[in-house]
Amino acid sequence: MRYNWNWSVLFADPYLGWLLSGLGWTVLVSAAAWIIGLALGSVIGVMRTLPSPIARAIGATYVEIFRNIPLLVQIFLFYFVLPELLPREMGRWLKRDLPHPEFTMAVISLGLYTACRVAEQVRAGINTAGRGQASAGLATGLTLAQVYRFILLPLAYRLTIPALTNEFLNVFKNSSLALTIGVLELTARARAVADYTYQSIEAFAAASLIYASISFLIAFLMRRVERRARLAGTLAAGTH
Amino acid sequence: MTKTAIVAGAILGAAFALTLGSASAQEFYGALKKIKDSGTIIIGHNEDSPPFASFGADGKPLGYSIDICNKIAAAAKAELKLDNLTIKYQAVNGQTRTPLLVNGTVDLVCATTTNTFSRQKQVDFLNTMFVTGNRLLVKKNSGIKEIEDLKGKVVSANQGTTNEKVLNELNQKLNLGIKVLSTKDQPQGWIALETDRTDAHMTDEVVEYGLIAKAKNPDQYAVVGRLLSFDPYAVVIRRDDSAFRSLGNRVLADLYRSGEWEQIYTKWMSTIGQPLSPELKLLMSMQNYPD
Repeated sequence: MRYNWNWSVLFADPYLGWLLSGLGWTVLVSAAAWIIGLALGSVIGVMRTLPSPIARAIGATYVEIFRNIPLLVQIFLFYFVLPELLPREMGRWLKRDLPHPEFTMAVISLGLYTACRVAEQVRAGINTAGRGQASAGLATGLTLAQVYRFILLPLAYRLTIPALTNEFLNVFKNSSLALTIGVLELTARARAVADYTYQSIEAFAAASLIYASISFLIAFLMRRVERRARLAGTLAAGTH
Repeated sequence: MTKTAIVAGAILGAAFALTLGSASAQEFYGALKKIKDSGTIIIGHNEDSPPFASFGADGKPLGYSIDICNKIAAAAKAELKLDNLTIKYQAVNGQTRTPLLVNGTVDLVCATTTNTFSRQKQVDFLNTMFVTGNRLLVKKNSGIKEIEDLKGKVVSANQGTTNEKVLNELNQKLNLGIKVLSTKDQPQGWIALETDRTDAHMTDEVVEYGLIAKAKNPDQYAVVGRLLSFDPYAVVIRRDDSAFRSLGNRVLADLYRSGEWEQIYTKWMSTIGQPLSPELKLLMSMQNYPD
């Protein structure tokens, strides 16, 4: 293979700056989407375990809609189709006056998708904690809200740390789809370096290495968190 | 016969055989050798760049660039005196183009690739087969005439293209404060303009006429302004392969000289309403190097 290797292109101006700014956007999109995903996902997850059938139905509908449409399609629908369905002025505002429209829509879209995944983990966590815990809590005179706040959710989060870590790594990697609506994150920047210099192998090797290092770092940190947060006498503690 | 005479004869014979052998082998190396050995030429092409390269109704690639590359394949077949040459097509894009060419998956790339010096560090180009440049694709009722009218407006260009580079450079140089939207591909650049998300899309002039030709309401769009860049399109080949490059350039020169090139031009560019300009004709006629 007569490939003209040139690793130094990765450190040349302006390509190094591009990759770093791409990394910055990747981190911003992932972090912002994760905040939405974790907050909304917890609410939906709780709704799916509530006694009220209406709350359960809303939760289930949300999860089924967002889980069953490919993320790429969702991002496209949010960015290109939603503004056309809204009243003219509102659509125009979304397209023109919304600050950083590509970034904002990517974060919202990725956040809503992540919420449905988080919701399933939270629901599983609450179910694992067990009906018994909830009944015992109610019997001692706690309200339903207090049972969730003091018993079920603290247990559920701790039990699902490994699964939630996995979801966070997914957000981080899924954020590369934001390039399809024009967010110049890491993958988009790697593509640009490849297109301008024709050193595609180096550019994508660098992007892969950056993604992998950050994933390893997150996994490592979360394992420490998991060890500190584990509860004696629960299923999760038994696995160590 | 003495012993030395036998040895001398053997050496002479061996040397003769050696020169004979190398004489027949020296003719082919690089892409031509690969094509001869495999009996196959593999043409890499774009799939979304009409009228240069796109898929036809029967699923086979067609277009201006494809026609030219088919001529090159035919010339390779004649040069190698092959009875049968299989032509295979392989779709490539901006990211896969270089690795697939360099690792031998494709032998030449026929698309809308601009020949640049920085790309020449990795690949080689045949002589120019088309010349275009950046202009602005706008809605007719926008009143935009030149890039200066875009002060503070939103303009899209595709990620990683020379168009995006030119737009960013002009934006800085002319201090226009344009908000740049880096679209993924031409259909997205078009939909962004169509839905008023952007005020203009910037790409190669000839591509813009192609986009308008496919629109639902072509009379609402216009290509405006002066040429903002110089983009010579060329077929991409592997580096350090002058025999294959020479063969390709000879095909181009023959096409320009015989006037066959004008037929190919008219066949494809009439589909987007682009008559042949005297300037382009002159540029091409300057490349019909004599035999």
